[in-house]
Amino acid sequence: MESSLVLRVVGKLLIPFILLFALYVQFHGDFGPGGGFQAGTIFAAGIVFYALIFGLDKTRQVVPDRLVETMLAAGVLLYAGVGVAGLLLGGNFLDYFVLDQDPIHGQHRGIFWVEAGVAITVCGVMLKIFYMFASRGQSEGNEE
Amino acid sequence: MSLSVHLPALQVVLPLLSAPLAVLLRHGGFAFAIVTAGAWAAFAIAIGLWLQVGESGTISYHIGSWPPPWGIEYRVDRLASFVLLLVSGIAAIVLPYSRASIEREVPRDLHYLYYAMFGLCLTGLLGIVITGDAFNIFVFLEISSLSTYVLIAMGRDRRALAAAYRYLIMGSIGATFIVIGIGFLYLTTGTLNLVDMAERLRAVESSRPVLAALAFITVGVSLKLALFPLHQWLPNAYTYAPSAVTAFLAATATKVSVYVLIRFWYSVFGESLIFEKLPLPQILLLLSLAAMFVASFTAIFQDNLKRLFAYSSVGQIGYITLGMSFDSVNGLNAAILHLFNHGITKAAIFLLIGGMVLGLAKAGAVPPAPTFDRLAGLAKRMPLTCFGIVIAGLSLIGVPGTAGFVSKWYLILAALEKGQFWIVGAILLSSLLAIAYVWRFVEVAYFKPAPEGTTRQEAPLSMLIPAWILVIGTIWFGLDTSFTVGTATEAAQQLVKVGR
Repeated sequence: MESSLVLRVVGKLLIPFILLFALYVQFHGDFGPGGGFQAGTIFAAGIVFYALIFGLDKTRQVVPDRLVETMLAAGVLLYAGVGVAGLLLGGNFLDYFVLDQDPIHGQHRGIFWVEAGVAITVCGVMLKIFYMFASRGQSEGNEE
Repeated sequence: MSLSVHLPALQVVLPLLSAPLAVLLRHGGFAFAIVTAGAWAAFAIAIGLWLQVGESGTISYHIGSWPPPWGIEYRVDRLASFVLLLVSGIAAIVLPYSRASIEREVPRDLHYLYYAMFGLCLTGLLGIVITGDAFNIFVFLEISSLSTYVLIAMGRDRRALAAAYRYLIMGSIGATFIVIGIGFLYLTTGTLNLVDMAERLRAVESSRPVLAALAFITVGVSLKLALFPLHQWLPNAYTYAPSAVTAFLAATATKVSVYVLIRFWYSVFGESLIFEKLPLPQILLLLSLAAMFVASFTAIFQDNLKRLFAYSSVGQIGYITLGMSFDSVNGLNAAILHLFNHGITKAAIFLLIGGMVLGLAKAGAVPPAPTFDRLAGLAKRMPLTCFGIVIAGLSLIGVPGTAGFVSKWYLILAALEKGQFWIVGAILLSSLLAIAYVWRFVEVAYFKPAPEGTTRQEAPLSMLIPAWILVIGTIWFGLDTSFTVGTATEAAQQLVKVGR
């Protein structure tokens, strides 16, 4: 597939927009349908698309395994961190009301970071699953 | 800011934080340190919560400051605080043990993932117990189940993968049933908060969706708690999982499922529906007796020591559910007691077996399965390990002076109270089966001649000490019952009062 010129050109054209659309879904999730889960999946889909056209090895250079694994842990940490922040600021766990002077702004701020955490983890998990399936059969050596 | 108010949230959050940190660090040693710290903190918090419940009664914590029934409520009553203590305590003991145990049993590059999964599993189990929200139970159930499948699959034996897969299928069916049941309940009551749900259910108790919900939840949870005949996933999963995982699961996973069943039966559906309008106690009684006899009998004929005690677990769960089937404070008391006593007993046995298989292995090799032909004369080589298994085995049988005796005693009291003498006979008879399978080990380890040139070679201390803490625990809780019996009685009274 790597040799197909049409795919490569179309892919290069589309992928930035797919990633941008993911960000739109992420940040517009407050007002319309969307949110972290969908955004993370779309973002990962963009990268999977890249991998389908340019091959797994090249994708692994762009988004290394190490980064993927960091992402899936960092998202959970971010989510839980928002919860702990609420706790430290004098509220209960996951209390958004205390995150800002004004409770409504606090809610906005809380859900913003929580959704960011969700997006990061979901994207990481999607890519991890894809990498694991895609690299099956390629000689990893120590997989028995 | 007073930290003690936030203990219910921290109970779950600290182990939850430890898991991604372990993944981030990507280093077996750091992962070990951080997850162990998380588990110890959880244990300390569980003790704190137990004391708080003793002082001020049931604790209610509102996640995100949204008051129930709208928000998610964490609710710690006597029973919850007791199970939290068991789960976090076992984790705090098993984790230090893990270090030496998984060195040989889990590939080295997976060690940090092992600890991350362990942290998640602990998070899930604690979450199930502490939450007062029906859907939250399902979420935490999935967290603990999924991480359990991974932990089991980490076993070096190739059959571990098949066992994990089988558990995944059965466990997913169970979880699906539970979520369908919760869906029905939500449909009829419009609430997910357990306390609120219980109040609203009174009006529509015998309507068909409620009965369907009860059926789905009961069968789903029974799958997870390995109630005979839904226990098929358990023997293989326990046999092929890494030793530390087996010990942790045997002591906590099925016990937490029992907790969920008690919670739904007593606190949500209410006893009048369960015990008076439906033939559930009779069914449960029959299944419990079947578990006590069939599973214990099967255990006698196993060749693999881990498998033997796995079947014994199915049988012992029969005692717990038998206690529930009596519909009395004493019966529930016995069930809760046995949940705790059997938890520490079985954990002790599996921890000791973990040390044993390590000793059976040649230097640097993957430990072999503890089949009986390899165990001949083992007492000469590992006297402490074998002696520990014998003591814990006595507790399984129910010999006076051990924890197992206390719970069986209360079980017999509950049966006598109902005037059902034949059940007393059944309990005693099934204890004879336990003698038979424990004796098999004693005979091989103590009376078979050891291979030539056997020298004394115990398991490493980092494994022996945690195991022996639990062995001593089985004796301690057999002699001094003020903590266990006191808490269990209080929990049972609280639950039965709520239900009626």
